[in-house]
Amino acid sequence: MPFIPHTDTDVKDMLAAIGASSIDALFGEIPPELQCKGLTQVPEGLSEMAVSQLMRGRAAEDRMALNFIGAGAYEHHIPAAVWEITTRGEFYSAYTPYQAEASQGTLTVLYEYQTMMTELTGMDVSNASMYDGASALAEALLMAVRCNSANPGGKVLVPKTLHPYYGEVVNSITHAQGIRQAAVDYDAKTGKTSLEALQAYEGVKPTAVVIAQPNFFGALEDVDALTDWAHAQGALVVALVNPTSLALLKPPSEWGAKGADIVCGDGQPLGAPLASGGPYYGFLTCKMAYVRQMPGRIIGRTVDLEGKPGFTLTLQAREQHIRRSKATSNICTNQGLLVTASTIYMSLLGPDGLAKVASASMANTAALVAKLTAIPGVSAVFEGPVFHEAVIRLPKPVAPVLEALADEGVLGGFDLSRHNPELGQALLVCATETKTEAQLDRYAETLRRLLAA
Amino acid sequence: MSNIPAELKYAKSHEWVKLQADGTVVVGITDHAQHALGDLVFVETPKVGRKLAAGESCAVVESVKAASDVYAPIAGEVTDTNVTLANTPEILNTDPYEAGWMWKQTVTNPGELEVLLDAAGYEKVIAAL
Repeated sequence: MPFIPHTDTDVKDMLAAIGASSIDALFGEIPPELQCKGLTQVPEGLSEMAVSQLMRGRAAEDRMALNFIGAGAYEHHIPAAVWEITTRGEFYSAYTPYQAEASQGTLTVLYEYQTMMTELTGMDVSNASMYDGASALAEALLMAVRCNSANPGGKVLVPKTLHPYYGEVVNSITHAQGIRQAAVDYDAKTGKTSLEALQAYEGVKPTAVVIAQPNFFGALEDVDALTDWAHAQGALVVALVNPTSLALLKPPSEWGAKGADIVCGDGQPLGAPLASGGPYYGFLTCKMAYVRQMPGRIIGRTVDLEGKPGFTLTLQAREQHIRRSKATSNICTNQGLLVTASTIYMSLLGPDGLAKVASASMANTAALVAKLTAIPGVSAVFEGPVFHEAVIRLPKPVAPVLEALADEGVLGGFDLSRHNPELGQALLVCATETKTEAQLDRYAETLRRLLAA
Repeated sequence: MSNIPAELKYAKSHEWVKLQADGTVVVGITDHAQHALGDLVFVETPKVGRKLAAGESCAVVESVKAASDVYAPIAGEVTDTNVTLANTPEILNTDPYEAGWMWKQTVTNPGELEVLLDAAGYEKVIAAL
């Protein structure tokens, strides 16, 4: 039985009330060549029992591989309490409810989340989250363009060390709005954004500069120098950060003399499991001066008529249900469920726990790189400090090596040859706090054997 | 009952215009407009030097429940803005015609002033709403 509540009589009555002859007639204005006549590619329906058996069989084919892939989504230990609490009926919703103020519990969680994100990033305000990290970056750039009245209409400088998928999303969202981008090269020795390459844009009044910390290669950028250069040019600084790393690194508010202006990133490392690209969530925080250009929901704390504290949606006049086409964004959403999980994750770990996760991940990656580069023919591509990812070079083409590793139950990393052919046979590897010494050894030994064969 | 000073000119979109001795004009929103919007919490004025076309959206007034555009009643270049509105937007509610002025501008085409409504004409517009 399909989950459609209308009976045939209901449908007939509704069609009669609006004067339509049939449901198909309602779609008559869509040209026939654009209409989907039938779903010929979709197989016949199956019973619940048959689907359960099919999916269990397929799930069993997923071996519990040892994962060393990062590249934007990171495997961290998630305390069992996180999703146990998140999936309770009181929290189990993806959205801010309608009549939001009737759901004080949900608003309290979102307010706590915003507080934690402002503490992590050092900014004054946080919104209630965005769709994902890449769309948060695109929104941060649109926001910077609206905010920067000193350098209006200038270029947005984007480093080549940005995650390539983030670059694609930014292009999709901003290109039709006339925002011009320029790509800033990185130093071949360190994998960091080159200040000299940036200085080529001296005097052209860039509107915004993106700084990714750590960058896509895992390298730690010279954020102070980059931030100060950007501000000297009148540009706003958009920081793209890994939230776990902020437990160790200084917050973007302390970059350079004035600090970053807008901070964004993907919240997945804070309690969301790896799952074929999502659902994850994006975070967005900024200085108070820019709050009216910030897209998305913001929860505020207030008092009711009796003076009791409570939570409410605030600054809604920026939002699309009021401002319509002139809203700060018409494509953003919040990810209430993921944010609930993140808030619980951060509460359980606390600042010290999160710092332990970050330093254990950093140490594991350093140990992994040392073990892998001890293999003949394998070398580190860049020198200098990294967070929990690094680029290594293999003596053989990367793709077949990764396939052979996968056959042995090891997911060896992210193949950079498609997006960064200039690096040759390069592989991006990551070892978070979830990996043991024995597991690092297993990867290194397997790779050594495969390369020797 | 809205206050509609007789000496001002009005646009249907609820802005008022005051011609000054030097030939420039002062622009704001009417008492009717501020009352309809409710308590204002934020006012964004156009930048000095901006060239405005008649009818162009160039400022925003935001209350607790709504954000509305303010339109340039006539073409001209912005010569001054009311900076006190940034921190005390409520003066636009309490004194829309004096302390709550929004910006000053030149008059590119004096003929456009003639097209604006007088107090009686504007009163008819809001009576019909």
